[in-house]
Amino acid sequence: MYNILKAEKLADKIYLMDVEAPRVAKRCQPGEFVIVKTDETGERIPLTICDFDREKGTVTIVFQIVGASTLKMSYLQAGDAFQDFVGPLGQPSEFVKEDLEEVKKRKYLFVAGGVGAAPVYPQVKWMREHGIDVDVIVGAKNKDLILLEEEMRAQAGNLYITTDDGSYERKGMVTEVVKDLVENQGKHYDVCVAIGPMIMMKFVCLLTKELNIPTIVSMNPIMVDGTGMCGACRLSVGGEVKFACVDGPEFDGHLVNFDEAMKRQQMYKTEEGRAMLKAQEGATHHGGCGHCGGDN
Amino acid sequence: MDVLKKVPVREQDPKVRATNFEEVCLGYNKEEAMEEAARCLKCKNNAKCMGGCPVSINIPGFIGEVEKGDFQKAAEIIAESSALPAVCGRVCPQESQCEGKCIRGIKGEPISIGKLERFVADWSRENGFVPPKPEKTNGKKVAVIGSGPAGLTCAGDLAKLGYEVTIFEALHEPGGVLTYGIPEFRLPKSTVVHHEVENVKKLGVKIETNVIIGKSVTIDQLIEEEGFQAIFIGSGAGLPRFMGIPGENANGVFSANEYLTRNNLMKAFRDDYDTPIMRGKKVVVVGGGNVAMDAARTALRLGAEVHIVYRRSEAELPARAEEVHHAKEEGVIFNLLTNPVEILTDENDWVKGMIVRKMELGEPDASGRRRPVEIEGSDFTIDVDTVIMALGTSPNPLISSTTAGLEINKRKCIIAEEGTGKTTKEGVYAGGDAVTGAATVILAMEAGKMGAKGIHEYLSSKEQ
Repeated sequence: MYNILKAEKLADKIYLMDVEAPRVAKRCQPGEFVIVKTDETGERIPLTICDFDREKGTVTIVFQIVGASTLKMSYLQAGDAFQDFVGPLGQPSEFVKEDLEEVKKRKYLFVAGGVGAAPVYPQVKWMREHGIDVDVIVGAKNKDLILLEEEMRAQAGNLYITTDDGSYERKGMVTEVVKDLVENQGKHYDVCVAIGPMIMMKFVCLLTKELNIPTIVSMNPIMVDGTGMCGACRLSVGGEVKFACVDGPEFDGHLVNFDEAMKRQQMYKTEEGRAMLKAQEGATHHGGCGHCGGDN
Repeated sequence: MDVLKKVPVREQDPKVRATNFEEVCLGYNKEEAMEEAARCLKCKNNAKCMGGCPVSINIPGFIGEVEKGDFQKAAEIIAESSALPAVCGRVCPQESQCEGKCIRGIKGEPISIGKLERFVADWSRENGFVPPKPEKTNGKKVAVIGSGPAGLTCAGDLAKLGYEVTIFEALHEPGGVLTYGIPEFRLPKSTVVHHEVENVKKLGVKIETNVIIGKSVTIDQLIEEEGFQAIFIGSGAGLPRFMGIPGENANGVFSANEYLTRNNLMKAFRDDYDTPIMRGKKVVVVGGGNVAMDAARTALRLGAEVHIVYRRSEAELPARAEEVHHAKEEGVIFNLLTNPVEILTDENDWVKGMIVRKMELGEPDASGRRRPVEIEGSDFTIDVDTVIMALGTSPNPLISSTTAGLEINKRKCIIAEEGTGKTTKEGVYAGGDAVTGAATVILAMEAGKMGAKGIHEYLSSKEQ
């Protein structure tokens, strides 16, 4: 069992947990992820690593309720435990493996959308720890959904916040901020790292391609084992089939086939919806929605 | 009783079992087992069946005890050579091993060695027979990577020799392919697999799940930081192959690994488990091996019309004869000498059909089987909403790519010496699918035994 030392609601449907997992905490690097399973009957859920404490042996995860399994996870409190917690999985971010002097020569721009702030955070923190100032854009639907603002501010060189509805700081999409920084504020970037919902990453990539900024994205497709065994997470990158779990999760965003990836993400949507209704409404759901089979 | 014929084994009715996940074969009862055992000639010298068994079980010996009704003794004889008899009795390709060599089989039908082994193993479980635990350990630590048939066997043998063995398993359940790959109706998990794993634990073996060697910890770290003096790698061949045809990334196309893992490891067929699985209406499984049969029969049980599409003819099907026979009985349709060319999709990228091409057999290829040759202009389309690719697997590079000095061949298999499992890195041994590429449970067990022997020799010689 993997004890939950802290469980906190960050925003509507978004939770943060510190989990005791010494093997993962000892080795994990920015860019990697874990798979968690709440109990015997639970699904294996891939989650990016938000932070870690090698001394204490803890790993911080952030997740959003998107289906029945994440809903079930959100009920867990400090003192509860995950039955399974495995990692680190995937490849670390490229800069971790590169010559530090080379990395230092580059100007990095991080773009985080929604819960994407969680996986971006350890990368920005790594940069700070290695004496590199980076620019960070954090975007969300509204003020309440801006995550880890203080933490990010402490690690970033410049932090730009934007909300879709203008309820906090700038108003508009993250792409508008990227455009503004490059075109109006004379900023130059050698690398952009964009992590968030697939649709956001797609549009950031369309823009950075135009602006000629190499861009790394972190893909979060459907997975089962996370070790390269099932192939559920396969995606097309530059016309080649890659497995996000072992080849990624980070890829050259200008080569990723986002349209295919987004369609693949819909694969279990009806089934997930059905499970979600069952979890939320239990025996009170008696059909009528036309999808869940409760009518039969 | 006709001594030339096997005592028939009871099975669930094909129509009934095609709708459930209960075990197909019900096995022998005591009387049937004793009757079948009586057919055995008990060849004294050079029993051919033993030569056909990769782990050299004393087959005439245990069958003799079954005939006498001393099942405990029979179990002890099997335990000398095999840690997983309930598994092997169910999944070994007996027709090409022990039973294929049986003298009785020259004139009539060979002895049902597999069914007798299974009977003894099931009897032991039901009667609480526990293999004796070694009295004390020798204090030497050995790490075994992977808890599939190779790892369990190697760990069991080393524990019996007094080693302190820890198995590291990447998934959340031990058993490897026995857990994620082979379905419940062929190999029940909660009884058979769980029990065999528990038996290995009772020998003193520790199993740590959720540890991915190469990621959570490396082989070098196990040796340098955790004090393991030798390592056995039995990590299997986990990476699925795809065909590389158009439409393969469409929604509704799965590797057999994914489909079976969802169903077996994650228990998606059960309502009380959360993991979903696609319940297609018309499913095509591409391939002709045991994994293809398993996937096909799983899809059938989930309610689909199921077709096996295989590019060679029935004679070349690599699956066990019993699996093909069972699949047919249950209603799986075989489209032989047929090969997929393209998967057709609808506007939302869901599978809606498959273009296939007729094949004919040409000259034998490197595998000795006749090579399938395309028949020009023979393409036709089949309606299908789910496609499962069961084309074989290759070893995972996670370990080889993170272990300096561990060499692999061009098929990404770890290079290991036959008979000892010794790799190119000192103190590191390997066996099973990680070395041979996808093969069978029993061959992996044989490799596990060899690895244990190799490690024992290595650590014993180091001492002197």
